Amino acid sequence: MAGNDPFVIDGVALESRLIMGTGGAPSLDGLGAALLASGTELTTVAMRRYSPEVGGSLFQLLLDSGIRVLPNTAGCFTAREAVMTAELAREALETDWVKLEVIADEHTLLPDAVELVDATERLVNKGFKVFAYTNDDPVLARRLEQLGAVAVMPLGAPIGTGLGILNPHNIELIVSRAEVPVVLDAGIGTASDAALAMELGCDAVLLATAVTRAQDPVMMAEAFKHAVAAGRLASKAGRIPRREHALASSSMEGRPDL
Amino acid sequence: MAAITLNGAARAHSDGQMLTDLVEEVTGRRIAPDGSPADGRRLGVAVALNAEVVPRSRWASTPVAAGDDIEIVTAVQGG
Repeated sequence: MAGNDPFVIDGVALESRLIMGTGGAPSLDGLGAALLASGTELTTVAMRRYSPEVGGSLFQLLLDSGIRVLPNTAGCFTAREAVMTAELAREALETDWVKLEVIADEHTLLPDAVELVDATERLVNKGFKVFAYTNDDPVLARRLEQLGAVAVMPLGAPIGTGLGILNPHNIELIVSRAEVPVVLDAGIGTASDAALAMELGCDAVLLATAVTRAQDPVMMAEAFKHAVAAGRLASKAGRIPRREHALASSSMEGRPDL
Repeated sequence: MAAITLNGAARAHSDGQMLTDLVEEVTGRRIAPDGSPADGRRLGVAVALNAEVVPRSRWASTPVAAGDDIEIVTAVQGG
């Protein structure tokens, strides 16, 4: 389809612009079905202690599905913890891609800008490809890019809230100034939020809760697949300008005298 | 028998035990000397010994000593 150009990140071309998270799914089978329905080619995982019950089953599911894995540093509060987690992920999953998440506290789950900047610098120096989860702050996003992040991922709203994109203007500003891909990450509630993110010019959308905790995760995953593709097309097609007054779509010329 | 800490819990270990032995015990998979699983699939596991990542290629040559703090991690749902 024209306009459905691949999403290129760190030299890798992905057909899908929907990055999925895996948190919150009640079962691995259900998660697998939702990932398949979403069409995603890149999916985040967290790194945690090995337990016999969980084992390596999620990693195996992603391998079997041909989905590239994006380990995250969820649950890290300091740059030191995030770097250690990224190093474990690189060793375990054999990828130097990492979704860097350094949060300030468990109540807001908002990124801690100071630790985030520190961790980005350290990880880039260690050869990681950093996908930086960040606040919707154009200045911070720019800093992260300058430090060498391969993507900046501003939040639409705090993780898991489903509040959508609280500051569309800031997202547009981030997009207009960024030379690396911008991925709208966190806060997405429903399909129209994802479409809006793409219309604002984001290169991709990352979401988890909106699908995994939906009443029908598979159907919602499919909805997001279409929303992201539609938003991308709309963004590339060029929307009409907003006008103060109505503009007739039917000409008055040739109207019969009634 | 002396104790180590594995994933936050005390655990007995025996002299001469290598990291490979511990990974095999925990995952139930046979590990080849190069650190890859003998079944030819991917393991998806990393090991930190006293807060330092030990690459899989060194598991077979790294002894486990009393008092060691070891974390064995894998990918789980998240993000």
